[in-house]
Amino acid sequence: MSVYLDHAATTPMCDVAIDAMSAALSKLGNPSSLHTQGRAARKDVEDAREKIARAVHCQPSEVIFTGSGTEANNAAIKGLYWNSPKKVIVVSSIEHHAVLDPALWLVEHEGAELIQIPVTGDGVIDLDFLRALVAARSAEIALISVMHSNNETGVIQPIAEVVKIAGDIPVHSDAVQSFSKVPLSYQDLGLYSMTISGHKVGGPLGIGALILRRAVEIPALLHGGGQERDIRSGTLNAPSIVALAAAIEAQSYDAAAIEKLRIQFEEGVLRVRPDAVVNGKNAPRLPGISNITFPGTQSDSLLLLMDSEKVSCSTGAACTAGVHRPSHVLMAMGLTDVVSQSSLRFSFGATNTQADVDFALSVLPTVIERGLAANAVGKK
Amino acid sequence: MKIIAAMSGGVDSAVAAARAVEAGHEVIGVHLALSSNPQKYRSGARGCCTIEDSHDARRAADVIGIPFYIWDMADEFHEGVVENFMSEYAAGRTPNPCLRCNEKIKFAAVLDRAKAMGFDGVVTGHYARTEETNEGRTLHRAIDPLKDQSYVLAVLNREQINGAIFPLGDTEKVDIRIEAEKRGLAVAQKPDSHDICFVPSGDNAGWLRDRLGSEVGPIVDQDGTKIGEHKGAYTYTIGQRKGLGLSVAAPDGSPRFVLKIEPVTNTVVVGAREDLAVSSMRGERPIFCGPVVGAAPERGFVQVRAHGAALDCTYYLDGEHLVAELDEPLLGLATGQAMVIYDGDRVVGSATICETA
Repeated sequence: MSVYLDHAATTPMCDVAIDAMSAALSKLGNPSSLHTQGRAARKDVEDAREKIARAVHCQPSEVIFTGSGTEANNAAIKGLYWNSPKKVIVVSSIEHHAVLDPALWLVEHEGAELIQIPVTGDGVIDLDFLRALVAARSAEIALISVMHSNNETGVIQPIAEVVKIAGDIPVHSDAVQSFSKVPLSYQDLGLYSMTISGHKVGGPLGIGALILRRAVEIPALLHGGGQERDIRSGTLNAPSIVALAAAIEAQSYDAAAIEKLRIQFEEGVLRVRPDAVVNGKNAPRLPGISNITFPGTQSDSLLLLMDSEKVSCSTGAACTAGVHRPSHVLMAMGLTDVVSQSSLRFSFGATNTQADVDFALSVLPTVIERGLAANAVGKK
Repeated sequence: MKIIAAMSGGVDSAVAAARAVEAGHEVIGVHLALSSNPQKYRSGARGCCTIEDSHDARRAADVIGIPFYIWDMADEFHEGVVENFMSEYAAGRTPNPCLRCNEKIKFAAVLDRAKAMGFDGVVTGHYARTEETNEGRTLHRAIDPLKDQSYVLAVLNREQINGAIFPLGDTEKVDIRIEAEKRGLAVAQKPDSHDICFVPSGDNAGWLRDRLGSEVGPIVDQDGTKIGEHKGAYTYTIGQRKGLGLSVAAPDGSPRFVLKIEPVTNTVVVGAREDLAVSSMRGERPIFCGPVVGAAPERGFVQVRAHGAALDCTYYLDGEHLVAELDEPLLGLATGQAMVIYDGDRVVGSATICETA
């Protein structure tokens, strides 16, 4: 058997989404066209927009479709920065590169100053730091961006508190990992903008959305036909949008069942490897993400060995050359680079079963033994 | 067997991996990231460690249908190969980093790691052959004399040879390209890599000057008379004639050649062509991949450069040194180079040249 434990990277499309997409693919019509077929496509897109808006608790006009979560984050970080005369960008130190890198780009090319919010050993942002920062420099801060939950550890961040501390400062949240998995209300959180992505929730690849307050204008990254409030030009990807809405509506993610599998897995790991450490274990976490350090190993060896045993998991970070790199998330939590390179992420999803957990645990002892041996050779 | 295919992104290692799969092995492709700061694109025929090369390797693995991973060996490579290259030059010797890489990285760090992870060996695209004999596995020249790489593999010991598979030794390069084409490998016509992979400019002297500095020193003749100045002794090689910048001609008007590099005094010694002649060499750290050589003289061939000629010689072990006495003198031989002894096409062993006479 083969076991897929990398649902945080991408998760299978659910059947209803595949059906909805297949049906939409055979329909003719550009949603921006004025004729019959165009109007029919437009209706499908707007139906989908309303469904998505209901799910994230926003107004339909606040949903701006993009080609990915990365694009939505780029649009938000750059757009909110360009919209403001202020120069300081505040982000958490554990953001996904889709937030961190546009912020760094603005530092390099647009004269921004970047301040990163540190996190605790359990991977939760330091609210006292943020409070002190806002108290001292609120007049200079263009935006604050804190992810709703971390993609490597699954640790959930106190976004409501961040918004409260921020006051009038726009707050963006990358909610790609949280959306559809834990309660998430754009409206209740009082966010300025938020990112979601299709392929993390049983929808297709290549579709995301920026949720952005009504009547807020931000400069566009893509210029053209003026779609999506003139913020994101480009022919609307009707089949993917329809499929995303179908996936969200289907709610195939059983959070309680998935959390149970994850807990069983973590308990099983600690039984066979008592020296293993579950990162962020004392913080509130997503149901399905487990980040575990196996001391004395190297995660790229472990991944190869797990893959050979037909268990798919993730090492977290890799550079453009594909070389495994120490995770900035784990390092921000205080792990050394060596320890952070001994960690694997296992992420559970809607298709996992008890048998998957049992199988993964059955191959783990040999994999860790060999991983330890491989690492010992390297130190020779 | 379960084996690791070291895949550089070139045509040879891709075909080697494909042949290993066809031979019935369970093969996993691994690309070695040897630079911690790789260039994005390959420039000309140099280097093999760009991101483009790693993509080529991945694509080949996907086409062959084997798993593929990247192993970060940048630290090991820097420590074992690049630093050694610099310190050898600084000491007035001429090292061969490819040989060193085979000895320290491909068939040491990689093979050891592979074995620890439960693999049986490493397959590479080197042109060489192995044979199973009563005395164990032996290493031989490839049938393509232009591509034969047994010289750079002669640093492997018996255990390393036992963990190595070279599927290309029985084929000529031109046929490997045709085979790659047939297998649908996009790297079929990718140019061969030449020169030293971590010196992408190809300018070894410039690369060394940037790292070791360029301390001016004397160029002297064999009497010790100063006849010029150089900018860093290590940028010269034994036998070099061009680029000496000497304004004083030799008494008989004949050209002068680098005879010796003395790193301690930062001196380059030059002399006539006939003074380059070497009739015997002595090597340290001998390695034997087949039966160990004894003190009794034996007849064979010695090769001192990657694609140099096989020179008739008598060889024997003198204490810890491997000695080769040439039938015909050789012009210009630097210490630091590897001497590889052959018995016909079989590699007997190798050593690092420490003395010539």
